[in-house]
Amino acid sequence: MAVVIPIDLDAAMRAASAAPDALILAGGTDVMVEVNAGQRRRALDSDTVIVLDRVRELRRWSHDPERRTVTLGAGVTYTELMTEPLASLLPALAEASRTVGSPQIRNAGTIGGNLATCSPAGDTLPVLAALDADVHLASLNGERTLPVGQFMLGVKTTALTRGELIVGVTAPVLRGAQGYAKVGVRNAMVIAIASACVIVDEDCRDVRIALGSVAPTIIRCPDAERHAAANLDWDRGRATPGVAAEIGERAAADARPIDDHRSTAAYRSRAVALLVGRLVRRGFPDA
Amino acid sequence: MPEFYELQINGSAHDVHDAWLGESLLYVLRERLGFTGTKSACEEGECGSCSVLVDDVLVCACLALAGSATGKTVTTVEGLAATGTPSDVQQAFVTAGAVQCGFCTPGLIVAAHALLTESPEATGQEIREALSGNVCRCTGYGRILEAVAAAARARLAAGAGSIDDRGET
Ligand SMILES: Cc1cc2nc3c(=O)[nH]c(=O)nc-3n(C[C@H](O)[C@H](O)[C@H](O)COP(=O)(O)OP(=O)(O)OC[C@H]3O[C@@H](n4cnc5c(N)ncnc54)[C@H](O)[C@@H]3O)c2cc1C
Ligand code: FES
Ligand code: FES
Repeated sequence: MAVVIPIDLDAAMRAASAAPDALILAGGTDVMVEVNAGQRRRALDSDTVIVLDRVRELRRWSHDPERRTVTLGAGVTYTELMTEPLASLLPALAEASRTVGSPQIRNAGTIGGNLATCSPAGDTLPVLAALDADVHLASLNGERTLPVGQFMLGVKTTALTRGELIVGVTAPVLRGAQGYAKVGVRNAMVIAIASACVIVDEDCRDVRIALGSVAPTIIRCPDAERHAAANLDWDRGRATPGVAAEIGERAAADARPIDDHRSTAAYRSRAVALLVGRLVRRGFPDA
Repeated sequence: MPEFYELQINGSAHDVHDAWLGESLLYVLRERLGFTGTKSACEEGECGSCSVLVDDVLVCACLALAGSATGKTVTTVEGLAATGTPSDVQQAFVTAGAVQCGFCTPGLIVAAHALLTESPEATGQEIREALSGNVCRCTGYGRILEAVAAAARARLAAGAGSIDDRGET
């Protein structure tokens, strides 16, 4: 039995390749819940845990002002995403991070763990989808980069292959309002019943809208996005309440929510319509 | 991997022998090493009663793999003050009457210490936010919030940085 604690990416990849069934542990906030509940026996029987929290390449982030992108290591925590200057570079990601769990969870939980878990309710995922972020993967067989929309395949299903690690994500730094909002039973420690991210790109005059918890994985809302680009008053930065509401309704029409133990499909549709409308009005106040 | 690993807890080294790979830091603290101040309730990160500091960062011990904490420093509620001499936060809880059954108290004390180390000037909303990962089923929170606010005011009055119960600056 072994706990492997690599300190660089090369050592982490070698460990993952030597033990492809190993339990990979970042902040532990998803994995340890399962371990405690006895659900990870198979992985633990493989006798290896690979601990990523000291891999230096995964803990870093960098800003490229020329390309106007930020690249986040997979091991960047929610607490770090909420801290300046990252919070101003990627404001919707900071806003989403603020809604995650509790201080204890945000101190440990990572963006890479959120991506790998790929829950429909993962709070960073609608933001990464709306930003058209790229996910960087690596194994001893090589590196590859996938648009986040191709990385997330379904409920808790991703494009990760055996022995492969998430290295990080690259997202654009955009000019314009952006925000994330979710609905849950209370403010703290809550899994989203429905969530939405709206990102305005003033330079391209387009709006990107993504929804969480209303489909097997995160969805974008192309019809609502086109409607927004065509109907917002870009010169004055304003929108009539009717336009904002219509964008919300169109976004909800793209949702495929279900009834489950946390909510109903009807409630979820209504919630995303309102969340999107509100987020649009935050960027484009009433005309 | 050797048959044992070493954890640094409250300033001293402790060997953990013959442990199962998947044991949480919470389990090892309580069941193997006898640090029973750290409480176990939900074991899924929801209640905060297992709050500890790992390398001075507030986390849930139930969500930390014990074997991954080697080479880091772990501070439990027992490590915040010498036995018999409560820390300012502990004393504030007593003074405010913030303890009923007491099960949530150690986790709250550790979370409050983490907050006041980071932001000694914390007030109302910030205190609520900082304690939002700690559940109390008895008190209704009012006196807990009062206790932490009182400890913050006292630290501020004494001058930021001059009081640090963990003996660090
Ligand atoms: C009490 C509580 C509240 C929570 N609240 C929220 C919430 O509000 N919103 C939310 O979105 N989530 C929430 N979560 C879930 C969890 O905190 C997040 O999904 C978090 O981002 C997981 O990250 P981690 O680093 O802890 O991952 P871990 O638990 O360490 O790992 C999660 C999964 O990702 C894999 N993995 C991790 N890093 C990599 C990598 N670099 N390469 C390949 N695979 C990797 C692991 O093998 C594992 O399968 C909550 C969890 C708890 C316990
Ligand atoms: S026992 Fe760890 S949070 Fe409840
Ligand atoms: S005093 Fe009983 S749980 Fe808080």
